[in-house]
Amino acid sequence: MKVVGKPRRRVDARAKVTGQTRFADDLVFPRMLHCKLLRSPHPHARIRRIDARAALAVSGVKLVLTGADMPIPYGILPVSQDEHALCLSRVRFVGDPVAAIVAVDEITALEALDRIQVDYEPLRTIADPLEALATPDPRIQPYGDGNVHKKVALEFGDVDAAMAGADHVFEDVFFYQGNTHLAIEQHAAVAAVDPDGKLTLWSSTQTPHYVHRALARVLEIPAAHIRVIATPNGGGFGGKSDPFNHEIAVAKAAQVLGRPVKICLNREEVFYCHRGRHPVTMKLKTGVKNDGSIVAMDLQTLLDGGAYGSYGVASTFYTGALQTVTYQVPRYRFRGCRTFTNKPPCGPKRGHGTPQPRFAQEIQLDKIAAALQLDPADLRQSQLAKPHSLTANYMRLGTIGLSECIDRVVEGSGWKTRYGKLPWGRGIGLACSSYLCGAGLPIYWNTLPHSGVQLQLDRSGRVTAFCGATEIGQGSDDVLANLVAEVLGIDPFDIRLVTGDTDLGPVDLGSYSSRVTLMMGHAAIQAAERARELIAQAVSAKLEIPQARLVFGERRVFDAQDPAQGVSFAEAVQVGEAMHGTLGTTGSYRPPESAAKYKGGGVGPSPAYSYSACVVEVNVQPETGWVDVEKVWIAHDIGRALNPVLARGQVEGSIYMALGEALMEEMDYRRLPKHLSSALVHKFPSMLEYKSPTTLEMPEVITYLVEDPDDAGPFGAKEVGQGPLLPVMPAVANALYDAVGIRVDEIPITPEKVLRALGDREAHRCGPKNFPRIDWPEPLRVPPPWEGGDGQAENEGPRRRREGAIVASDVVQPGLAPHPSTPEGRHEKSAERSPAPEFPEVLR
Amino acid sequence: MSAPRPPAAPPRTHLSLTINSEPVEILVETYKTLLEVLREDLGLTGTKHGCELGECGACAVLVDGRPILSCLLLAAECEGTEVRTVEGLADGACLHPVQVTFADLGAAQCGYCTPGMLMTACALLERNPNPSRAEIREALSGVLCRCTGYLQIFEAVEEAGRKLAAGTPQKMGETR
Repeated sequence: MKVVGKPRRRVDARAKVTGQTRFADDLVFPRMLHCKLLRSPHPHARIRRIDARAALAVSGVKLVLTGADMPIPYGILPVSQDEHALCLSRVRFVGDPVAAIVAVDEITALEALDRIQVDYEPLRTIADPLEALATPDPRIQPYGDGNVHKKVALEFGDVDAAMAGADHVFEDVFFYQGNTHLAIEQHAAVAAVDPDGKLTLWSSTQTPHYVHRALARVLEIPAAHIRVIATPNGGGFGGKSDPFNHEIAVAKAAQVLGRPVKICLNREEVFYCHRGRHPVTMKLKTGVKNDGSIVAMDLQTLLDGGAYGSYGVASTFYTGALQTVTYQVPRYRFRGCRTFTNKPPCGPKRGHGTPQPRFAQEIQLDKIAAALQLDPADLRQSQLAKPHSLTANYMRLGTIGLSECIDRVVEGSGWKTRYGKLPWGRGIGLACSSYLCGAGLPIYWNTLPHSGVQLQLDRSGRVTAFCGATEIGQGSDDVLANLVAEVLGIDPFDIRLVTGDTDLGPVDLGSYSSRVTLMMGHAAIQAAERARELIAQAVSAKLEIPQARLVFGERRVFDAQDPAQGVSFAEAVQVGEAMHGTLGTTGSYRPPESAAKYKGGGVGPSPAYSYSACVVEVNVQPETGWVDVEKVWIAHDIGRALNPVLARGQVEGSIYMALGEALMEEMDYRRLPKHLSSALVHKFPSMLEYKSPTTLEMPEVITYLVEDPDDAGPFGAKEVGQGPLLPVMPAVANALYDAVGIRVDEIPITPEKVLRALGDREAHRCGPKNFPRIDWPEPLRVPPPWEGGDGQAENEGPRRRREGAIVASDVVQPGLAPHPSTPEGRHEKSAERSPAPEFPEVLR
Repeated sequence: MSAPRPPAAPPRTHLSLTINSEPVEILVETYKTLLEVLREDLGLTGTKHGCELGECGACAVLVDGRPILSCLLLAAECEGTEVRTVEGLADGACLHPVQVTFADLGAAQCGYCTPGMLMTACALLERNPNPSRAEIREALSGVLCRCTGYLQIFEAVEEAGRKLAAGTPQKMGETR
């Protein structure tokens, strides 16, 4: 291969190093106005009255919007359409937006913001999941059960019977604190009404397609009259993958005023947008035989969801879905519960819902190894899931390069001679993981492609690739150019790219779930192969060379047997254009049908799974509890590295972000004292106080890219953006055990917790003591494949058939109530059916 | 309720300074930071912001050769200074060695912290073309990057130092 696998400068690098990349806040238009949002100072309150008269009197203020101006709810998942561009009658967390001011400049908008008077009636706040379970009233959301958003329960085989037959049963409770994406770019958006009356929104979003749908729905204009352009994101990590209130507010303002309107959030507001890692308490029970082989696993998770649904239903399922894809787990029970609390909503952050149970699983495996006196690396090697098999919960696995990954980090780190043998205070720990290469189902149920690519070629030799995929720094533009160039035998820099634009490119669902390389990649290859076929027909006829002998390479099309016989790529396109007319091709991709037919089985299936193994070396100061991570060895099964420079960057970036989570990053809240209203506020709404690793904390990292090509991936490629983050946190915790014999079953591992564990003379542990009692529903019972199962639950009613509808109806009829159209949502009470909201009095 | 008076037009001050080797004369609102004047008044949007509180380092520019957080400096304080931004790094279409190595070695992913990183690295290399890894870590510690994990940035700075020391010539009109 000429392009694939070669280390190379990414196609958008020049723009980035010259400062020419146009991020959303870099856009300026004539007559552009500026928008600011007034945000709630209360974590939970009813809005009685909004008095905007003084604000509107400020010279330069053009518009004040309140909730009543955009009353239609929206949300990323069809089952939780519970957000409003501006709150209607209730605020649910500190930072929930109440009003929008549009003015000639930012300073005027800010000035006016201070003059809006809102009369709030504070309500009791729910601070954490325990409080949410114990306090059904006041409800934060009108759907769900009290303040429980969602409970799920699945059982694959008789877990209790298997546990009874185990030689040992291990039971542990873990807590994983929430943390946030902290992309350096603050969210920004600009909306404008085009000269022909259509609406355009530029936004730093990872999911322009979903923003497009939300705008059509809330603004009640046809989707075909709205264009969403995802500007290159200055970092995403999952934090820009919901449709956001500020995007809808500026779009509405532009519609009303007929002028471009921009908003750029400040850093504090970015913390309020959040959608980051859910705090999760977990109880993991695993039964093993004397040789360490797992007979059954039983996992309970309790999630702190924050005030809105966001991706929460999917996040809840994700805390259980991937426990089976790494090691052989013959029987498995998973029960998850997501609660509403008066905090910014949690959602997807790199690894979406899976780092938390991964942390639990990998630490518990380390404990099992210690108890059974097995080497942790050997124990894992002996338990690996089987390639090309179905798991207990019907995830279809492809290639598994994990065995080689473990070998590489074990060898590189000198594991065999160093584990358990380093001096007191120094230790190494190992953990593994796996991740999706794209969610098998779209967010709203439909039978359409998940990604499409269109190519256009002309007689100059120009190739333009159009795709809705969104560049968030991960290199999706480079992947697109890379694959098209490989197939057509040209250089990636020869290709012009038009991406992230809902008007110009075919739909791609967005940059989430590590789906872009695989899904857009297949679409790109298909489109390029179709173009190659058209060109090859023409060149074959002209040169009288059999088509099968033609080679596309080095910007030429030539005879494999006599390379001198050939034409330049531009000439080849010309003969193609002469034979076929104007040249254009399309390609598209839809993942294979999932084997999981039970309700809830929509979360977890993926065309392929990536695998990682990690060894971390730590130095612990027992006097202070300080943990230095000195070196990390990481091996990632990427299938095939399309551009090794970018692949390595994704791996090391994952390690970096993981170490932040492991040691310091934390979304924490506290109650103000009673005389200050007892409000629940952020501890850290700034970058200074939200600790993240700098250049000084980043350790040396040895990266191994393990290439075990998977047929399901483009040229065998799997994901690399999220998987390598997952094993790091448990590897740090396991290294701590090797270093000083303590277990910190909690993230982040702060010096305080290390000292607490060191001071615990009995258990040598720091972590939650117990898991709360939750009234779980009867689990859906799905026999595993090896117990005669067919992927359906035994105790589930008939499910709506998938044939028939093409798209969930909320696409074609914006403004109507959404369909609970995800597999999980079919019997769910939708947010929509809540009583009509009462609007507060608004004085203008 | 009586309507409050509209705010008075903010006072402005005359400023003359050099930006990217060009003399600039401008009336600026006195409350504006150098970052705001660069981005909003002069259209130099290459300089980024991540917090506007001096916490992230994305807005670093060189003022008289020293890396300065432009979000913490009032433009009015820059009278008579020489300011250099990412737009002034390349020589025409010819990239500066540190831009070349950042591009080639994967030091820019999303590209948002990149201008601040580049300017800070440039200041380091100008006073020390052969910095140790520890000196690079120290010099760049005020600029946060959430994408790369910093290691490819360190390598790019080291490689740029080698290129600068070797005086690698670039071809006229070379754009890559």
